[in-house]
Amino acid sequence: MSTTNNIAQARKLVEQLRIEAGIERIKVSKAAADLMSYCEQHARTDPLLVGVPTSDNPFKDKKPCIIL
Amino acid sequence: MEELRKEMENLKDQITAVRKTFQDSTLQEAAAGVTVVGRVQLKTRKTLRGHLAKIYAMHWGTDSTLCVSASQDGKLIVWDTITTNKVNAIPLKSSWVMTCAYAPSGNLVACGGLDNMCSIYNLKGKDGNVKVMRELAAHTGYLSCCRFLSDTEIITSSGDCTCVLWDIETGTQKMVFAGHQGDAMSLGVSPDFKFFISGACDFTAKLWDIREAECRQTFGGHESDINAIGFFPNGNAVITGSDDATCKLYDLRADQELLTYQDPSIMCGVTSLAPSKSGRLLLAGHDDFNVNIWDMLKAERVGVLAGHDNRVSCIGVSSDGMACCTGSWDSFLKIWN
Repeated sequence: MSTTNNIAQARKLVEQLRIEAGIERIKVSKAAADLMSYCEQHARTDPLLVGVPTSDNPFKDKKPCIIL
Repeated sequence: MEELRKEMENLKDQITAVRKTFQDSTLQEAAAGVTVVGRVQLKTRKTLRGHLAKIYAMHWGTDSTLCVSASQDGKLIVWDTITTNKVNAIPLKSSWVMTCAYAPSGNLVACGGLDNMCSIYNLKGKDGNVKVMRELAAHTGYLSCCRFLSDTEIITSSGDCTCVLWDIETGTQKMVFAGHQGDAMSLGVSPDFKFFISGACDFTAKLWDIREAECRQTFGGHESDINAIGFFPNGNAVITGSDDATCKLYDLRADQELLTYQDPSIMCGVTSLAPSKSGRLLLAGHDDFNVNIWDMLKAERVGVLAGHDNRVSCIGVSSDGMACCTGSWDSFLKIWN
């Protein structure tokens, strides 16, 4: 019966919301600090952020200079 | 039924209220002293030519050199991005492909789409031919995304609103993740392989515990379908991209949205996204043929990748962070750094 299905579905949704309501949380200030700290720690090893010198760039064709 | 509805509303209000109590600050405030990243100008280093129709998906291999792309020309192509050579060109049974994935081992690739199936191909077969190893069929809707956990397990998301964890060897469903109230469009696996996130047409993103088959958290806020989703590199935050033209950053431990990446000049939906290796940059592909680059902490646009002649449908940053690959409806893939 569709009504029984609806009630079963609604029960599942309520159950799911209970799970989500009960999780442990941390403060946004701590979450933000951790994100910023991670970015800072790894900034130097982020090629797209700091750039890649030609000699280390596997995607850049290293053409020899031709002196005309 | 009425009681259940009231309880649902109460719980939703409860969650909203609890989240507020943990909002002792905002990422904006916390990052106030941080200088915006300087203008990011990436150049096209390689153009991968070969597909004859729109490219719908691409995925880097873990070696940061090979990648796989899927096009509605009915082919999966494995590329050597440095030489631009095609390592494999795999003809598909169904050309209506919407997603592809590269296994972390490099041994397998997978794809699927309107055929509602996820097909697994063995790249390292004995006789050198690439053949279908398994066809994972059970979804009752299109396959929107797939990601390998290993050579024996893969997770899929579908237009039937569910995500599934499959046992590749037996071809059976190990777990079904049901809960989304709209097509599941995209998924991302956490760096520790214990969780995955899914974005859907119900405008929400969900965090799932893979082994318990449980939805742990649900994030709302978007005003339209979520097309793209990914983890921040440390696994503690989730980034989503939506048809509402914005991207959002949600922190998993604070259980709430931290930032929205939007600009009045950006009116086209987000199709794909990828964070840079440190997480500081967010690259987002849009329907307007461009990729916008954001400073993830300051929510300021710091660059644009313009080079495609049609929608950017997929984007990925290699594991070593050296390059970004974009795939487009213009049938080309471009490698940028």
